[in-house]
Amino acid sequence: MEKWYLMTAVVLLGLTVRWTVSLNSYSGAGKPPMFGDYEAQRHWQEITFNLPIKQWYFNSSDNNLQYWGLDYPPLTAYHSLLCAYVAQFINPDWIALHSSRGYESQAHKLFMRATVLIADLLIYIPAVVLHCCCLKEISTKKKIANALCILLYPGLILIDYGHFHLGLALWGVLGVSCDWDLLGSLAFCLAVNYKQMELYHSLPFFCFLLGKCFKKGLKGKGFVLFVKLAGTVVASFTLCWLPFFTERAQALQVLRRLFPVDRGLFEDKVANIWCSVSVFLKIKDILPHHVQIIVSFCLTLLSLLPACVKLTLQPSPKGFRFTLVSCALSFFLFSFQVHEKSILLVSLPVCLVLSEIPFMSTWFLLVSTFSMLPLLLKDDLLMPSVVTTMAFFIACATSFSIFEKTSEEELRLKSFSVSVRKHLPRFTFLPRIIQHLFIISVITMVLLTLMTVTLDPPQKLPDLFSVLISTELTSANPPLLLRKTGPELTSVPIFLYFICGTPTTAWCAKRCHVRTQDSNWQTPGRQSRTYT
Amino acid sequence: MRIKWVECAALSVMAALSVMTGGGSWFLALALGVTLLKCLLIPTYHSTDFEVHRNWLAITHSLPISQWYYEATSEWTLDYPPFFAWFEYALSHVAKYFDQEMLNVHNLNYSSSRTLLFQRFSVIFTDALFVYAVHECCKCVDGKKACKELTEKPKFILSVLLLWNFGLLIVDHIHFQYNGFLFGLMLLSIARLFQKRHMEGAFLFAVLLHFKHIYLYVAPAYGIYLLRSYCFTANKPDGSIRWNSFSFVRLISLGLTVFLVSALSLGPFLALNQLPQVFSRLFPFKRGLCHAYWAPNFWAVYNALDKVLSVIGLQLKLLDPKKIPKASMTSGLVQQFQHTVLPSVTPLVTLICTLIAILPSIFCLWFKPQGPRGFLRCLILCALSSFMFGWHVHEKAILLAILPMSLLSVGKAGDASIFLILSTTGHYSLFPLLFTAPELPIKILLMLLFTIYSISSLKTLFRKEKPLFNWMETFYLLGLGPLEVFCEFVFPFTSWKLKYPFIPLLLTSVYCAVGITYAWFKLYVSVFTDPPVGKTKKQ
Repeated sequence: MEKWYLMTAVVLLGLTVRWTVSLNSYSGAGKPPMFGDYEAQRHWQEITFNLPIKQWYFNSSDNNLQYWGLDYPPLTAYHSLLCAYVAQFINPDWIALHSSRGYESQAHKLFMRATVLIADLLIYIPAVVLHCCCLKEISTKKKIANALCILLYPGLILIDYGHFHLGLALWGVLGVSCDWDLLGSLAFCLAVNYKQMELYHSLPFFCFLLGKCFKKGLKGKGFVLFVKLAGTVVASFTLCWLPFFTERAQALQVLRRLFPVDRGLFEDKVANIWCSVSVFLKIKDILPHHVQIIVSFCLTLLSLLPACVKLTLQPSPKGFRFTLVSCALSFFLFSFQVHEKSILLVSLPVCLVLSEIPFMSTWFLLVSTFSMLPLLLKDDLLMPSVVTTMAFFIACATSFSIFEKTSEEELRLKSFSVSVRKHLPRFTFLPRIIQHLFIISVITMVLLTLMTVTLDPPQKLPDLFSVLISTELTSANPPLLLRKTGPELTSVPIFLYFICGTPTTAWCAKRCHVRTQDSNWQTPGRQSRTYT
Repeated sequence: MRIKWVECAALSVMAALSVMTGGGSWFLALALGVTLLKCLLIPTYHSTDFEVHRNWLAITHSLPISQWYYEATSEWTLDYPPFFAWFEYALSHVAKYFDQEMLNVHNLNYSSSRTLLFQRFSVIFTDALFVYAVHECCKCVDGKKACKELTEKPKFILSVLLLWNFGLLIVDHIHFQYNGFLFGLMLLSIARLFQKRHMEGAFLFAVLLHFKHIYLYVAPAYGIYLLRSYCFTANKPDGSIRWNSFSFVRLISLGLTVFLVSALSLGPFLALNQLPQVFSRLFPFKRGLCHAYWAPNFWAVYNALDKVLSVIGLQLKLLDPKKIPKASMTSGLVQQFQHTVLPSVTPLVTLICTLIAILPSIFCLWFKPQGPRGFLRCLILCALSSFMFGWHVHEKAILLAILPMSLLSVGKAGDASIFLILSTTGHYSLFPLLFTAPELPIKILLMLLFTIYSISSLKTLFRKEKPLFNWMETFYLLGLGPLEVFCEFVFPFTSWKLKYPFIPLLLTSVYCAVGITYAWFKLYVSVFTDPPVGKTKKQ
């Protein structure tokens, strides 16, 4: 590639931004007794290093599961162990059993940040670069621009910054879409073993590979491929779980730690359908616990079925990427016990379709970052988040010139508008409406950010502020509010309706999501509602 | 603090919206991008210069003018010319809305988070002038080479080289100084000379001189160029001077401009009869030959040679160990240094050396005028020569040569090669400014970013001509990598760390001094050997 130097510059820029962001504060800095995610990671290093592997997931006098117990799959634990060995070499105090609890120092922060940067550098960034190089049908310049935008995606940089598991998943996508099926499935299995949330993406992977097997003919090559894939999956899982297979109780305990179904339908303020509906209907109080699980399970399944069926029947790399988006979104919208950080799992596939539907993807990515604002504010990360979001926006706006790409074809809405036009011949204003919506939504986000930051709510009424916003929205714009909560309820029929066009499905799901994001602010209770 | 953030956010939103409506103007995107990067650098380490500028804010805000150059509560007394003091005075009126406490002279080493934000943002905002100047400079670059690709246009490359300049980023936005807008003034005045708006250029430079007197280094180039190419309105056909074309009106108007600016700046102090005190603050010759860390110039090589000779002398028992002064020059505290073997250097010697080094370029500018480009070469040579031989030179002064050199680099392959050697070694020599662990990745990443970009883009620009580097230059530049690895990653773990803590600094400055001397030499050679293009052009 003759433009390799620009790509290098892009990667270096991404790394610089990551490192400068990491100089800021971290989750739970100086907040005893529980601290935050940072302490969780450190604690895992302590546990994995000091305890035998059999005790990692069990409660004991040395391993209090209430205090950031290990609740990620084995690969995470191994990674922690690896980091712990390095930590032991540098400063044993960092991971001393018991006594290192809540350890905080400048040097340790540097170490933790460096572990993330190195993981990013080794896994995530090469995957992004390779993905962009493998994209077909676009010029070199576009590839570089694409890489720049993906690497600058602020959500990922800001949350924890840089996640190992996402990188692995990306390798999976890459492998699968470049026809290296075995590598892809191996990488994906590792990703699942790194973080169970990765299961959001599992259905598209499964369907795509299955579809490929079908396509090659189940009796001949397809079967061979299927056996190979199954072998890879089983082998990689066995490898990761080997130490836990010795006893039945071990494996079960790990599984119980990974899927804590007893937590609740949603945590305080997630922008998904349950949270939005509960503004009108207190589902948590009406339905018993196990019914909630069943309902959410059914709805999730129902909503992602169409896209998956379509993918199985017509596997193509492009369709695969879109299905990834829509499946992850349906999980996010409908499934049980979703955390707001899970939006990152949707954002990653959206990054992959950035070059195909730049306008919508940019919009989605901006909103997804915005939806994590309360979380970032808690960690004192306002400044870097504003700055990186602006940078991302500028990068996307200049490299894709998104505002010129809002015609019906470029939004992948051709089939939709054609079918609507059968009933409504004058339905040609869609692109304009979408443009206006975009601008309104950006302005709303900016205003909400400004208000959150400037107007400190009175001490005794922490909810006052969000209630104010919601009432303001309601009184000023009832139709908008209706539209904002409406589509979620209709998204299942919409999915069914657009069974023939996966891209459109993805888009619809995204539209719904964009609206749900704002309904975040309508839920009364900014900090107080923690359902545990 | 929050309010400031919000302001920043609002401003950037407005700027971003303008990018949006402008249909993706690349220049604005570049400028905004680097501005956002600067915002990200806010929480990084800052040097004592931060306290210096805070102290000046306090002095100018709370004391009458008559006290400005006498106040000495802090060791960081006001030692910039009056315009800079007025600039701090203006800033202090914004600062009082952030934190009144930072304006107290006795509040030494005060750095609340609001103070930090205010100071950092003041640098970022004043950089707007620099951005504007770069925009003007880009207009001066002739786009003869019609390229389809945006990234291969000289204008694009030049604006990246200037806006994303590594040295400026780390000196201003990490180390903390206000070089951005000062260099903005300089580039703007250069651009005005290119645009034949000589009076404006002279005015801007006069103002600049009264902001920071380090720019006196390049004043000879300005003086001679304006005299030769502005006051003399015509040349003989062979390019030599035509004496009867001298225009007194032009000379007087130039002189008047400079005089008025100086009067505005120094007048009040003249009235107060404080001029000697002001000058004693501006030119502190009591400091040593070299800064604590040797700037990579001729004297660094000289000192190193002296050290080597003294060691050899001790080994061969030619020197008496009792006569050797104990002070080690790189220990950072000792400013006065006695050479052991070679003769000691006095300020007068450095002055003479500097003058001798500058003279040929001045002669060249007078006898072989080549238009604005010739002027720019002479300016760079002046800056470099003073850097090479000056008294108590800071390593940061190398920016004075690197930034104007960027303008030349996109014009000709030879200049590009000199620029790359100069900028890479010069920027590397800034590394010791940032010695804290969290900034280590930043400086390495940014340096790689700038170096890789500048080398590759200029190579692409001049791909049809002969290669930019010969094998020796390539080898030298690649050597910076192992040097960095040794200084930052290997040396701290060796047993020499306690015994000879100065070795990394010594190695860095001597190694870089070689490169910078080479670039200086090469530039001089190119000035004398180049065919005088300007001669035919002028007529």
